[in-house]
Amino acid sequence: MELLSISPPGWGANLLRGLAKSVQIAIGAFSLGIVIGISGAWGKLYGGPMVRDLLGLYTTIVRAVPELVLILLLYYAGTDLINRALGGLGYPPIDISGLVAGVVVLGVVQGAYATEVIRGAILSIPQGQIEAARAYGMAPGKLLRRITLPAMLPFAIPGLANLWLIATKDTALLAVVGFSELTQETRQAGAATKAYFTFFVAAGALYLLLTLFSNVIIGAVERRARRGLPPVVEAGR
Amino acid sequence: MTAAASAEARDAIRSEWLQPHRIVLMAIGAALVLCAIVFMRWDWLPNYYDLALLGIWRTIWILVVTCVLGFMLAVPLGLAQAAGPFWLAWPARAFCTVIRGTPLLLQLWLLYYGLGSLFPQFPWIRQSELWPILRQAWPYAVVALTLSYAAYEGEVMRGAFAGVPRGQLEAAHAFGMSPWKRFRRIWLPQAIHRALPTLAGETVLQLKATPLVATITVIDIYAVASRVRQDTFIVYEPLLLLALIYLIITGILVFGFRKLEAKIPARLG
Repeated sequence: MELLSISPPGWGANLLRGLAKSVQIAIGAFSLGIVIGISGAWGKLYGGPMVRDLLGLYTTIVRAVPELVLILLLYYAGTDLINRALGGLGYPPIDISGLVAGVVVLGVVQGAYATEVIRGAILSIPQGQIEAARAYGMAPGKLLRRITLPAMLPFAIPGLANLWLIATKDTALLAVVGFSELTQETRQAGAATKAYFTFFVAAGALYLLLTLFSNVIIGAVERRARRGLPPVVEAGR
Repeated sequence: MTAAASAEARDAIRSEWLQPHRIVLMAIGAALVLCAIVFMRWDWLPNYYDLALLGIWRTIWILVVTCVLGFMLAVPLGLAQAAGPFWLAWPARAFCTVIRGTPLLLQLWLLYYGLGSLFPQFPWIRQSELWPILRQAWPYAVVALTLSYAAYEGEVMRGAFAGVPRGQLEAAHAFGMSPWKRFRRIWLPQAIHRALPTLAGETVLQLKATPLVATITVIDIYAVASRVRQDTFIVYEPLLLLALIYLIITGILVFGFRKLEAKIPARLG
């Protein structure tokens, strides 16, 4: 148990630092995913045939290929392409931080799922509301901000909440490319002390706490977003 | 008449598929593939051909075994949560929450490194018949993936069991069916049918989880690609081929589940 204490002979501080990094990446990736998701859903619903096909290709490929492969592919290809572009423009190559790379890679993955979630949510808004806004002469940006986004939120929250939980857990995959988030820190602590079991159980408890804490917040947000709507009736009762 | 109508429908499908922009996209795609074949390095392929086949076989084997075992665990888990007494429902719910609340990679490493480092401390485990199996990596991979699939699918089955209309079960009761027969003939088939679309999605997610086993030294197709990268310092080609292989397996899975869904009569009361 003293292995888990915060002060130096224990590894508690390392685990907490890893947890903080995991949460940072999860928040960054989730935000990027939502931005990609909103634009992707907009493009899929209102874009031209070319945009729609390309977005279809993006969501299909990202959702069919394992995250681990995408992380490796985007990680190597992304840093390589950026450095080549910089080299072509006459700049010295830069070292892309693991944090930024992790956020971008997981954000692209999250974006594909978020596109589908938000597209479904926009489709379940009563069509008359959007038509009414158009009839008032609202510009597309204003329509999105005032009508579509607030009205789709209650339909999107269950899916987006799921995506957030997936984002927190997918950060563990960055351990495979050597980024020192919670799982990687845990493994290092285990390797140094040979007490693998203790550390992995402790890290599991941290992830679980994060999930349970998120669930409480999500419940509050959902209640707020659904105010004024009829309560959800469970099917088949 | 019917022949003409079906020909018309076929033409409609074809014209929907072959819109002008699609032809342009396909041409660009074909050009990209050609460029990849011509300009990238594929000379390593013959050397790793046998290993790659073995890797694909192992990926599919792990996927099938863990999905079947996981589903067999998921049915009682779902049933316990949907209709069980609290002393069954509560542990089932706790199990699902814990597994779904922690990353699979962590569970895998907990089993492999954690239990793997605890087991040798007990002499009776080392002397038991199971020790040669416990020293290998694949049992840990199978157990971790099975538990994960069971937890996610148990949650789905809970909803599916709860969603079967009351009247169906009451009718079965009125026919004098025994509880087991009621479960086998009415409750389970309808629940599975309800869960089938989600089941397809979960199975694809399970396929996407299989490369994690490479991190505990099981040689699946992902590990083969990593080895090619380490041996030859070729980065992109193995990864692109790997992505293509996963795309194809996903396509087959989705197609298979769609066929299965179409086979079951879709009228649900």
